Parts: sequence; structure tokens; C-alpha cells
Amino acid sequence: MKILQKIGVLLTIVGLVIFTVTPFLGSYQLDEATTIAATKDIHNEAMVEVLRPMFGKLYTSNFAFISSFKDYFNSYNETLKSNQEWDKVIWDDYSFSITKASSIGPVKEHPLIFLSLSIGLTILGGLLYILPLYRGVPDGIKNDGIFFSSMMARGWLGMITGAYLILFYILLYWFPEYLTNLVLMVDPISIFLSGGPASQWFLYGFIYSFAIVVMGLRMFRKYKGNNYQLIRTTSVMFFQLSFAFILPEILVLFNKPWHDFKNIWPLDYSFFYEYRLDGMINSGALGMFMLIFGILLIVIGVPLFTYFYGKRWYCSWVCGCGGLAETLGDPYRQLSDKSVKSWQIERYLIHGVLVFAVVMTGLTITNYFMGFELLGQATDQLHSIYGFAIGSIFAGVVGTGFYPFMGNRVWCRFGCPLAAYLGLVQRFKSRFRITTNGGQCISCGNCSTYCEMGIDVRWYAQRGQNIVRSSCVGCGVCSAVCPRGVLKLENGDEEGRINDMPIIIGNDSVKAKL
Amino acid sequence: MEASNQIVIVGNGISGVTCARHIRKVDSQVKITIVSGETDYFFSRTALMYIYMGHMKYEHTKPYADDFWSKNRIDLKSGWVKQVDFDLKSLSFENGEKLSYDRLILATGSKPNKFGWPGQDLLGVQGLYSMQDLNSMEKRTSAITRAVIVGGGLIGVEMAEMFATRKIPVTFLVRGKCFWDNVLPPEEAQLVARHIKEHHIDLRLSTELSEILDDGNGEVKAVKTSTGEIIPCEFVGLTAGVSPNIDFLKNSGLKTNRGIVVNKKFQTNIPEVYSIGDCVEFTEAPGPDRKNIEQVWYTGRMHGETLAYNLTHDNQVDYKPGIWFNSAKFFDIEYQTYGFLPTSWGEDKWSFYWEDDKGKMAIRLLFDAEDRILATNVFGWRMRHEFFDTAIKEGWKADRLMKQLREASFNPEFYKDYHMEVVNKYNQEKGRDVQLSKKSIFQKIFGYNS
Ligand SMILES: Cc1cc2nc3c(=O)[nH]c(=O)nc-3n(C[C@H](O)[C@H](O)[C@H](O)COP(=O)(O)OP(=O)(O)OC[C@H]3O[C@@H](n4cnc5c(N)ncnc54)[C@H](O)[C@@H]3O)c2cc1C
Ligand code: SF4
Ligand code: SF4
Repeated sequence: MKILQKIGVLLTIVGLVIFTVTPFLGSYQLDEATTIAATKDIHNEAMVEVLRPMFGKLYTSNFAFISSFKDYFNSYNETLKSNQEWDKVIWDDYSFSITKASSIGPVKEHPLIFLSLSIGLTILGGLLYILPLYRGVPDGIKNDGIFFSSMMARGWLGMITGAYLILFYILLYWFPEYLTNLVLMVDPISIFLSGGPASQWFLYGFIYSFAIVVMGLRMFRKYKGNNYQLIRTTSVMFFQLSFAFILPEILVLFNKPWHDFKNIWPLDYSFFYEYRLDGMINSGALGMFMLIFGILLIVIGVPLFTYFYGKRWYCSWVCGCGGLAETLGDPYRQLSDKSVKSWQIERYLIHGVLVFAVVMTGLTITNYFMGFELLGQATDQLHSIYGFAIGSIFAGVVGTGFYPFMGNRVWCRFGCPLAAYLGLVQRFKSRFRITTNGGQCISCGNCSTYCEMGIDVRWYAQRGQNIVRSSCVGCGVCSAVCPRGVLKLENGDEEGRINDMPIIIGNDSVKAKL
Repeated sequence: MEASNQIVIVGNGISGVTCARHIRKVDSQVKITIVSGETDYFFSRTALMYIYMGHMKYEHTKPYADDFWSKNRIDLKSGWVKQVDFDLKSLSFENGEKLSYDRLILATGSKPNKFGWPGQDLLGVQGLYSMQDLNSMEKRTSAITRAVIVGGGLIGVEMAEMFATRKIPVTFLVRGKCFWDNVLPPEEAQLVARHIKEHHIDLRLSTELSEILDDGNGEVKAVKTSTGEIIPCEFVGLTAGVSPNIDFLKNSGLKTNRGIVVNKKFQTNIPEVYSIGDCVEFTEAPGPDRKNIEQVWYTGRMHGETLAYNLTHDNQVDYKPGIWFNSAKFFDIEYQTYGFLPTSWGEDKWSFYWEDDKGKMAIRLLFDAEDRILATNVFGWRMRHEFFDTAIKEGWKADRLMKQLREASFNPEFYKDYHMEVVNKYNQEKGRDVQLSKKSIFQKIFGYNS
């Protein structure tokens, strides 16, 4: 390792440590004005009464502050509930906004300094490590030592990384009040982009986008010489930065609803929820465009593009989840399970989620157009079950947190309903396939090992059969790592695409069909 | 079909395993047992290097899941066969066990050549063929300052690459004037040699091993070369080819020469005893330009397919391989060949050779006097097997081949297309006028070829 790279690793570690301790810095103090500013008008009065005992007190840690807040807040609600005064109960969760507003101390005063020292140093360190990678080394496959690596082969480094990611997701989804200092750090950037303060989701989008960009640069180094990988990676970096991160913030700046144009239902499962529909319908021409464009993508875009190019046009070129998997997740692609058993589980799970999403959305839309006469607010229950189990746990905690345990596509393979939809089109009506090159396969196993979707590519290649699988995201890595040039991702005639009884070229004595 | 119902296959390599699988596809009844002492399950020998380099683990190199065998009722028996009694139709194992057969298939593979060099049996001197070899290589090379590789074939380059990934300095002794020049024409041989050096391998051409020196404890301490130079090292890799692994069959009544002697139906001199794969020597080469001993993965597979057919069908066929093909990888440069391309040729043939300006990509095409394509060597450019198989079989003319070369390309999408450059050179050099039609935007975007 070059000295610069060592410094890079060091800076990354320092940055991560600062990022990790930042939430625990500073102290917290609440007053009446802050309470009023952080709560809805209708709750101002009640909240001020509830929290009055906290006013003026100095809490030296967020734990103390939050626990005190919860004590007062919960006991207020409990009393109302036991008195059956349902209409007075405050259902909104103010712990995040109140905690954020009460923070005093270094992070609040110097957010950009903390941002630079934490995320900034991590990025800088990452770049110092990544940019010199493979300098002066000829183009080629760079998989040396992967299975000796503690980070990439489920060693203790991988375990720690996975645990850290899981913990981060849990805090982010269910306990964001503990992360308020981190959110404060990115406030200036949020204000610059959209004019408003940051939420935990802005923080998440910010980290997410930089992860894709920095680890995307790593892809450029690792796969140098492979134009398919370079162009594909550029594409996911572009779509994340523009469509998923900057554009939605600009929409907010112009008082339009936050909207990611490339996110497609049913991955974007809330697309047909009441608040989203209302948001779009009430946003004039642009809102109508969002609605119509979104629906066109679902009914025409997905089948058409998938017909021509396979699901890869989305999964490994455009999608944000795919983007993270292909960049941050690339070091873990070899950890996906290749067994037939997991293929079975995959099919049940992913189609199960698709059915769930379709049924839920169907009920939601019907309910919406019947003016909520069908189910009243009952669809909200469904939404929160889906949001909790699928949207948060599956897509987030497991989807990313399990990278170091089960590979980088756990969500895409087992859970994503859009992937299921794209996959059905790819399997039954598409020009895309991976062609195998005659009899050249030596059954070495590189392709299967590095397939992030857990497809046993070799099983097809060694019998000369095209790979036509609904799960293949067309990342092209099987083709890249094959030492004998056996695999090629192609769009071509539908005729002969599926060859169940292939003939391996080379033996004229018998035409073995196996 | 014969009544005999216990087929025993010695050797769980590609040839034995392919044979077993294909028998089972046709005959669901016959009892099949595969015997091997090397590993419990079939693994891909060609992937040994990737285990050492950390690209894969042993389990990734197994082409079939462990339950595949029981599902297909193929019994696996682990152990080394010490002796075969062809009269009693029985195998005896090193541990004293016995196993009887009705029909026997010997698919015992190869072993690394040793040419009687002084010191060749010292600790730290070995070839690379089996899993055991890999394990001992792993043990022997954990802390060494230099490795010397003797013999410039495909396994030699693989070994050089293996060490390079672990930052172990390598000296590579090659007898020929250029790398693998008993197989490659000079331009290709030079291209490969350049690339090997680019990876900081100390490549010594026209140099042979004369002696391996003992450190006094029975371990290697250095080698002495034909030029008299002494190169200190703690490991010596012997990669000067392989030969059939048949020692345990000598003097057993089975006819052997360099390999187990078989006819085109893989029958040995003993009825109901067959042999396939690396260990076989044909009485008569299976085709023009082909050798009596074929030691590659693909031929092993085809042997297995063909024998399985004969064992399960009444109409017996001769082994008749199609157009020769092979492939390999020299560090980062992939190599494919279709048809038989010799190192030099006479007036009755002519060739066209193109190399890119970086000297890492090349194509050689060999034609006969009537312009018919005979063979090709390609470096750093993946080519469609089917394209060349057809072109060579049908004897396509040079101009047609050049014109259609783009269809042959099997490179990933977005790779630079060198077709025009190649054809320009061809037109210039050979005084031809092949014109290329450009792909329309529509074809480019939607991938329609026709
Ligand atoms: C490192 C390496 C890389 C290679 N790369 C390529 C390549 O890229 N392309 C290519 O075409 N070819 C390659 N080859 C050659 C190819 O692997 C062989 O041609 C092929 O494996 C031969 O298959 P086989 O079935 O004949 O024998 P083997 O694969 O050798 O199988 C024979 C088995 O029988 C067992 N056996 C032998 N004797 C006994 C006994 N007495 N009792 C019990 N078991 C016994 C052996 O232990 C072995 O497991 C490579 C070989 C090596 C070593
Ligand atoms: S990587 Fe290539 S040669 Fe190896 S098993 Fe896969 S297709 Fe076959
Ligand atoms: S089969 Fe190949 S292209 Fe498809 S997901 Fe697996 S590695 Fe990627």
C-alpha cells in the first residue's frame, strides 16, 4: 500500500469515529419559543404545558434529554388514553424535531466544521485510498485475495461493518432523535438546496449519494479497461446525484412535492398513497406531469425498455438501491448464496412482496376514488405494515445492513417488487440474454461466485445454455470475470433465446444433449 | 444393452464425471460408482489457481452441489486404487478395501512431468496438478523470498500469476527462444512474453534447469541453470508438461504405452475396460493435426460424452472430434484458438496478422492457397466459437471472413470495435478491397444485427 493510501485509511477511520461520536456531543436546552416553533399550531399550547417542566433545564446528553421528553410526553398521552379522551391525544412524534431544536453546543454552532471532520474526512480518506488503486497495473480482473479478506469474506471486519450499518439503519428509521446532531451538520446544505432545514432523510440521501459517488470511483479503478462497467457506473452515479438527490430538493425549493422521477411503483410503494396523489394533483402542471410520467413508466416504460434491454436498464443502470449495491456493495458481491434452496426462497419471497404491494395499492386506489367509503382509514394500517416490514426492515436494515453477510443484492433479489415485475418481463418477453460461447467453458466457477444475484451461471455455461433468468440484473460482472471469454450480455432476436436443450460445439461423434 | 450392471469409474475429473452423468441421463437403472483419492467431490482443476489467489474457495470450484450425486444416484467412493485385478474384475484400494465391477472406466488424468533433474525430489520442489499439490504449495510458499518456475507452458504462467498476486518474486525458466514457442508463432509468443514481463516476472528465455540445490536439510535452497547461474529460492515449480497418470496400472495386463492404449471407441485391450481423458493414448490420432494424447478439459469432456453414448446405445460410434479449439489466459490477456494453427507453415498457406498499437491484442488468421480459412489465434479479443467453427468447417474465403469479422466478436458491449482497423490493414497488406457496411444508429441502439 502506498503511503498516501495508508493516510487515506487512517483519515477514513478518524472520519468514521468522529461521525460516530458526534451524536453524543453538546447539550440540550428547551424553552417555550423552541417548543412552539417545533410543533404544529394545534399542538402548541398542549406541548408547552406538557414540556414546561423541562424549560430552562440543561441536559448534558441527548439520552437524558430524550428520556425526559418521553417521560413527560408519554405520561400526558397515557392519562388522556386512560380517560378515553382520544381526540386530545397527540399522535405526532415530536421527539426528533424537539430534540433537534434544543441542541446547543459545538455541532449547532459549527455544523460545517463537523461535517468536514466526519463525512468530509471519510470521503477524503476514501478518495486518497481509491484513486491510486491499481495505478501502473495492467487492466484486468482485480479479485486477488478477496477470500482472504476479513472485510470481504465474512471475517470480523465484515461483521463489524454489517453490525454498524444495521445499527445506523435502526436509529435512522425508528430513533432519529438520537441522530439530531448529524442532521444539524447538513442543515446548511439542505437550506442551500431547498431553502428548508434538513430531516434525517436528507442526511440519509446525502450520505447515500456520496457513498455511490466515492465507491463508484472505486469501480472505475477496479474495472478499468471494461467499458461496460465504466459506463454503467457513470450512469448510476448520475441518476443518484441528479434525479434522487438534487432535483427533488430543487422541487421543494419551488414549493413542489419532493419527487424522485426515476423511482417507479411498486418500489416507490407510496406513489398511489393519498398524500402523494393529493400532492401531485395540487401541484399544477408539474404535479400532473409527475403523475402521468410515473404511470407511463409503470405501464409502458418498464415493459418496453425491458423488452429491448432486459431489466438491467433499471436495476444496474438507473435504480438507487441498485446503484448503492453496485458501488458500495461491490466488495461483497461474492457472498450471495448460489444454492437451489435460496433460489426457491427467492421466488416465493419476491413474488409474495409483489402481490402484497399490488393488493395494497389496489385497495388504496379504490378506496381513494370511492371517497374512503370502502375501507375508511383502514388502508393506513396496511401502509404501516408494509412500510415497516418491507420498506424499512427489508429494503433498509436487511437490504444494506446485510451486505457483508449475504451479499449486496439481498433486497433486490429477495424483496423488491419492482424487480419482480421487471423480472417477469425479462423472463417471458425480452430480447436480453447472456449468451454462452460454444464449448469454451472450463467450469471454473468465477462467474457463479461473483454473480451478486446468486445465479449459478456456470450451470448454464458449462452446458452451453443461454442464461435467461428473471433475477439477472445485467451487471455484466460474470462476463467480466470469466477467464475464457464465455459469457456475453446481448440483446438479440427472441428466436433461439431460450435453448433448453443446447448442443455444445466441438464433438462430432455424438450430439450430446444435456 | 448389456446385462452387466455395475459401472465403476476411476477418476472424478471432467472426463469420468461427464461420462457418468451422460450414462445416467439415458440409463436410470445401472449402478454407477465414481472412485477418487483426490477429493470427495468433483471440482474444476482449471480453477486451482483461483483458490491460491483468493478469488474463490474450494467449494466454489465444485460444478455441482453436493446433493447432485445422490439425487442422480451416482455413488462416490473415496480412496486410492492401488491395483486392478482384471481377471477377477476387482479393484483393491490402498487401505485394503476391494470393489468389484462389471464394466470399468479408467479416467485417472495426468501427473506433472519430472525429467530426472538432480534434486527434483527435494522438499519445496513440485508440480501443480492436484488439490494435494495446491495444499503443499500453499504450505511451502507462505514465507519465501523467491520461487523459480521451470517450463513455459500454460500451467507455468498460471503459477507465475499465482505468485505475483502474493508479491512473491518469480524467476521463470523457459527452454524456448520465446514463450511457448512450440505452440505459438513468433509474434504471438512475443506478445505473451512482453505481457509476462509487464507483470514483473523475471522471464529467462533459452534457459534450462540443470540442477536443484539442497540446503542440507532436504529442502531446496537454489537452482542452477544451464548458463551456470545459481538462483537462490525456496520453491521450485515444475511445469514442463504432464503425462498420463498410469503407474499403478503398469504390468497388470492392461496395454499401456505413454498412456492407456485405446481405439476410437475408448476400448482398451481388455473387454469391458475403457479409458478416457488425459490418461488415454489413441492407437491412431483422432483426426488430422491431432495428437494421440489429448490433455485438455474439452477433450476430456468429449471423451466422456462419446463413451457414455456407446455404453448406452447399440449403435456404436467412433470418437470424432470437430474443429479443434482451446483457450487460456496469460495473466490479463485472454487467448482463444480455433482450428489447428502451427508455429510455422509452408508456401501452401498464408496468414494475416494484426496487433493493436499497445501490443496487447492480436489476431492471426491462417488460410490455405485457395484463401480458405484454416485456423485462428486471438489475443485480448473474445471470438464466437460458433462463428469460427462454421467458417472453418465450411472453408470460408478470406474476404468474406474479413467482412463478417464483427459478427465474430464476443467482446462485452461498449468495447472498442477494431474491425475497421483490421480490415484496413488486410486490404493494404494483401491488396484486397473489402468494404464494410456501417451499422445504422437503429441497429446500434436496439442491437438488431440483421
Ligand atoms: C492447473 C491446471 C490448469 C489447467 N487449465 C486448463 C485449461 O485452462 N483448459 C484446459 O483445457 N485444460 C486445462 N487443464 C487440463 C485439464 O484440467 C485436464 O485436461 C483435465 O482435468 C483432465 O481431466 P480427466 O478427467 O482426464 O482427469 P483428472 O481431472 O486428472 O481426474 C482424474 C482423477 O482421478 C484420480 N485418480 C487417479 N488415479 C487414481 C487412483 N489410482 N485411485 C483413485 N483415484 C485416482 C485423480 O486423483 C483425479 O482426481 C489444466 C490442468 C491443470 C493442472
Ligand atoms: S467463469 Fe467462464 S469458464 Fe468459468 S465457469 Fe463461468 S463461464 Fe465457465
Ligand atoms: S448473471 Fe451475470 S449479469 Fe446477471 S446478475 Fe449475475 S453476474 Fe450480473
